[in-house]
Amino acid sequence: MPEYIAKTALEGQAPLSIAGTVLMELDHGAVTSIQPFPGQAKALAKTLKPLGLAFPGVNSFASKDAALMVWSGRDQAFLIGADCPDLAGVAAVTDQSGAWVTLSLSGPLAVDALARYVPIDLRLAAFPVGSAARTPVYHMSAVVMRVSEQGFRIMLFRSMARTGWHELEVALKTLAARAA
Amino acid sequence: MKLPCPLCGSRDRREFYYMGTEDYLTRAGEGASLDDLDNQLFLRDNPAGLTRDLWYHEQGCGAWMVVTRNTVSHAVLAAELVAGRNKGAKDAH
Repeated sequence: MPEYIAKTALEGQAPLSIAGTVLMELDHGAVTSIQPFPGQAKALAKTLKPLGLAFPGVNSFASKDAALMVWSGRDQAFLIGADCPDLAGVAAVTDQSGAWVTLSLSGPLAVDALARYVPIDLRLAAFPVGSAARTPVYHMSAVVMRVSEQGFRIMLFRSMARTGWHELEVALKTLAARAA
Repeated sequence: MKLPCPLCGSRDRREFYYMGTEDYLTRAGEGASLDDLDNQLFLRDNPAGLTRDLWYHEQGCGAWMVVTRNTVSHAVLAAELVAGRNKGAKDAH
């Protein structure tokens, strides 16, 4: 058997720091899409309990230790950073690990930079910490999570990794230049 | 223009794909006449006022919804999920 080496989408990309705001790739580990079958909510809750997680409510995410679970669409959630328990008969499950790139954007310019690409209200009152949204980032399908007041975790399709990085870099540089 | 996704909340129109009249949800049954099929496929009302259309939250949660809006005032009045609309209790997350 050949030995495969798992590489993240932006393997080797150094973090970018502009005016105290940092853009970096995160290695998200395993990503599993979980779509519960009708009427299986209870069985699913029971299976997820040992992980300390529950199926997330609409537009939200929750984390426990290294594992994170985010709502990713109608009757769908992603389990990230943990091996998926056996959900046979309970949910439709697909491995999404290699299909996404995860970016972390945090710092004083994070909200303004992201607001240039995302058509939702990112103010803290409308999109508080713990919120998640399926929404386009500059036409790219994305999962956007607010992890802190000035911090976001952004998931894009793996094929869009460089475009996403580039756009966010341009926004950060523009905002920093305007302030200077 | 913003549409009130029943799951995600109020979202920009660019996140949605427009399908057309909600008539697409009602198919001509087995043994339907050619007239019925013609009606279902091609004949559309063009109302000035209330209209109910199918929209898909393509760049969002992936849900199909029926949006009620007014083509005269441009008011968007309601949106409901297509999934589960035939069931009493909904199991949507």
